[in-house]
Amino acid sequence: MQDCGWKIGGKQGEGIDSTGDIYAIALHRMGYYVFTYRHFMSLIKGGHTNYKIRVADEQIRHHGDLVHVLIAFDQTTIDENWQELADGAVVIYDGAAFEAKLPGDRDVNLCQVPLTEIAKQAGGAIMKNMVSIGVTAAIHNMDPELFHPVIEDKFGKKGAKVVQSNLEAVRQGYVYYEEHYKAHIPMPKPSVVPSDERHFYVSGNQAAGFGALAGGCRFLAAYPITPATEIMYWLINEMPKHGGIVVQAEDEIAAVNMAIGANFSGVPAMTSTSGPGFSLMMEALGLAGMSETPLVIVDVQRSGPSTGLPTKTEQSDLNEALYGTHGEIQRIVLTPRTVEECFLYTADAFSLAEKYQMPVIVLTDLYMGMSSQTIDRFPADKVMADTGKRISDEALLALEPGAFVRYDETVKDGVSPRSLPGQKNGRYVALGNEHNGIGLEVEETYIRQAQADKRMRKLQHFTHQSGVTVDGIKDAPFALVGFGSTYGLLEEARQKLAQSGLQVKHIHFSRVAPFPKEDFAAAMGGVERALVVELNQQGQLANVIRREAGYHDILFNGLKYNGDPLYLHEVLERAGQVFPMGVLQ
Amino acid sequence: MSTMKDFKAEKPTWCPGCGDFGVLNAMQRAAVSLGLEPENVAVISGIGCSGKMSQHFGGYGLHSLHGRSLPTAQAVKLANKNLTVMAAGGDGDGFGIGMGHFIHAMRRNVDITYIVMDNHIYGLTTGQASPTSDIGSTTKTSPHGTVEKPIEPLQLALSERCGFIAQGFSGDTKHLATLIEKAIRHRGFSFVNVFSPCVTFNKVNTYEFYKTGLVNLDEDEGYNNADRFEAMRRVSEANNLVVGVVYEDPAQTAYEDTVYGYPSESLVSMERGLKQEEYDRILAAFH
Repeated sequence: MQDCGWKIGGKQGEGIDSTGDIYAIALHRMGYYVFTYRHFMSLIKGGHTNYKIRVADEQIRHHGDLVHVLIAFDQTTIDENWQELADGAVVIYDGAAFEAKLPGDRDVNLCQVPLTEIAKQAGGAIMKNMVSIGVTAAIHNMDPELFHPVIEDKFGKKGAKVVQSNLEAVRQGYVYYEEHYKAHIPMPKPSVVPSDERHFYVSGNQAAGFGALAGGCRFLAAYPITPATEIMYWLINEMPKHGGIVVQAEDEIAAVNMAIGANFSGVPAMTSTSGPGFSLMMEALGLAGMSETPLVIVDVQRSGPSTGLPTKTEQSDLNEALYGTHGEIQRIVLTPRTVEECFLYTADAFSLAEKYQMPVIVLTDLYMGMSSQTIDRFPADKVMADTGKRISDEALLALEPGAFVRYDETVKDGVSPRSLPGQKNGRYVALGNEHNGIGLEVEETYIRQAQADKRMRKLQHFTHQSGVTVDGIKDAPFALVGFGSTYGLLEEARQKLAQSGLQVKHIHFSRVAPFPKEDFAAAMGGVERALVVELNQQGQLANVIRREAGYHDILFNGLKYNGDPLYLHEVLERAGQVFPMGVLQ
Repeated sequence: MSTMKDFKAEKPTWCPGCGDFGVLNAMQRAAVSLGLEPENVAVISGIGCSGKMSQHFGGYGLHSLHGRSLPTAQAVKLANKNLTVMAAGGDGDGFGIGMGHFIHAMRRNVDITYIVMDNHIYGLTTGQASPTSDIGSTTKTSPHGTVEKPIEPLQLALSERCGFIAQGFSGDTKHLATLIEKAIRHRGFSFVNVFSPCVTFNKVNTYEFYKTGLVNLDEDEGYNNADRFEAMRRVSEANNLVVGVVYEDPAQTAYEDTVYGYPSESLVSMERGLKQEEYDRILAAFH
């Protein structure tokens, strides 16, 4: 694989994001695989922000450790990012704004380009971003005209003049660099011929929204929260085209209870949120479990606890997803490994919620949710379509009036057919109190026990395409283990370790509840040491594995919780401590 | 045609003489009078004595969480607008833990009816001060008398421009039934506050207390319930002790009639999944 890292940094409000978007989409359309990561802060203007784009000639699922081209709008950008610079990297800065200094030793090219001055000549200082793209094109020996279509798309609405001056800014940036500097960095060759059938540019949040729609969701109630709001944005645009609605709730408690209400009426419904909102939903999670009402919650995790780091990534809501709410309920927790699985598992969540009549939590995170990337296809053909056990109108009418037993505790698999409001003679009460078959609250001990047992039986014969995957050498003695969004990076780490001669495999969870016991046991066959890599402080996944499967003596933690996403060199370094090295020299 | 029997469910477990019996009866009468069928009515309740309403009323029921009847009920209705949806709760449920949702439900204006059984006390937890307890009320949690000013539900609803506001008394179920019937007929969010005495824990706000002190605005020919400021003044003058339709603004449009994209049928009748051409259109946007 050939790849290359590009980063632009400055203050929030300087147009960093739109520049990154334009560059990423342009590369994507040229046929490259791109992966983006936005580093930003919880404020509107000021503060350091940067946008990293990794471009490659094959599928990538991580933004990469290295930066080959850094566009620095200020010294802070250099101070914050210089350690990622690859040997021979080019750093572009505007000498009129500041005199760039490298805080440490690196073999890189510091290139002063009067970005603002060139932009002014092209039509306005605001276009220094476009000048940067032109400079980038020159560094990579790319034709600046390749950016024409994206600029047309982006600025076409503002008129031909705006398009022309932006194009001019790109050209002038290109020309300036060509005339003044010699350092060039080769771009990988685009290996994919862009075609309308495949090759999509999508974020995990967009994929989750799309998945919801494909899975039958026609009602979203949500409260704005970083990093989950984009799911809401996407569905606000799409829902009305498919007979669905999005309600902006007054808070997350309202949002989740609305999702329960809509599901009770028979509409597949969900809420999307992040940690603080998810915490507010815990009581309602219990209501969905107790009343056996389908419910889907997408939790795009961010750094906690409490408000935590609102704009930084983490995988620390796993415990809450698995164990949150008082009392005991069953729930399904899906942890998509890729954006394709964000689509597929969010779609399937609706079928699973109806099939098992319980809450389904889709656990993604800021890193996957907000990073846009190139994928080949959406697995639309694999989406489940299951409306669960429903009692028909005819069956209800054949019953004596009032004889429908919604919570029939005698059903073998624990899942009793439900009726929907509007169905004649299907009356029942859905409730959070312990109840008898028709939904009347009762306190008789034997009924309580029978109903509790009924609910717990529901996942005994659970089946779903999610679970545990194994990559690499099947019976390798060493294993990298993870869940959710770290899949791509751990795959890169496995390949790197394998290249160094280590007998290694990569075990990854795309579902943690119900715990894929048998598949995990099979995956662990032959393992002498397993490094469980996760973005939290306490090793939540490792603890789940210990609890559900054992392996106490051979599990090692690889933990990160400083707010930054995981990097390849960090995994390799920890692997070097855990696995018998020497093979890595 | 449905009858009272169709709206009866399990025998209520309220204390003998509880005001909530009258509320249940009035809800059933209103449903019969409107010609509703039980399968097309859903009662969504919160927690407390009032929360048992969903189990005692013979329609579909959702006995939700403490304070959360309103968000739940709004979604039940939005999902299937052919249902008649009533949310039921008490003063603790609705004006304590659930107060935020009340304000927002009025703002949102989904076509549901909210009935509050206001007894100025927490009953099911055996007698603690509630948000509508009068200043000086002595209860288990206020042995020296409450000092907080009580919530004034009608004034609150008036200030929020709730499209239909009424107050009733569970000792007069016939009148209360007419109020609930009007509330259900109103298209948009409607609010009926009901003085529903707790015979066990509130020895002040009793049936006797309300039988003598209430001003019936429905019987006042000079009262114009389309005038919000007049309503505020009259409610204030009577120290909230009014019954009848306090305010109605039929011109307000319900959320589901206004919000962009709500289909002409209900959400529940929409097809699931996506057709190939819908996939293709969405996919094209990701290129």
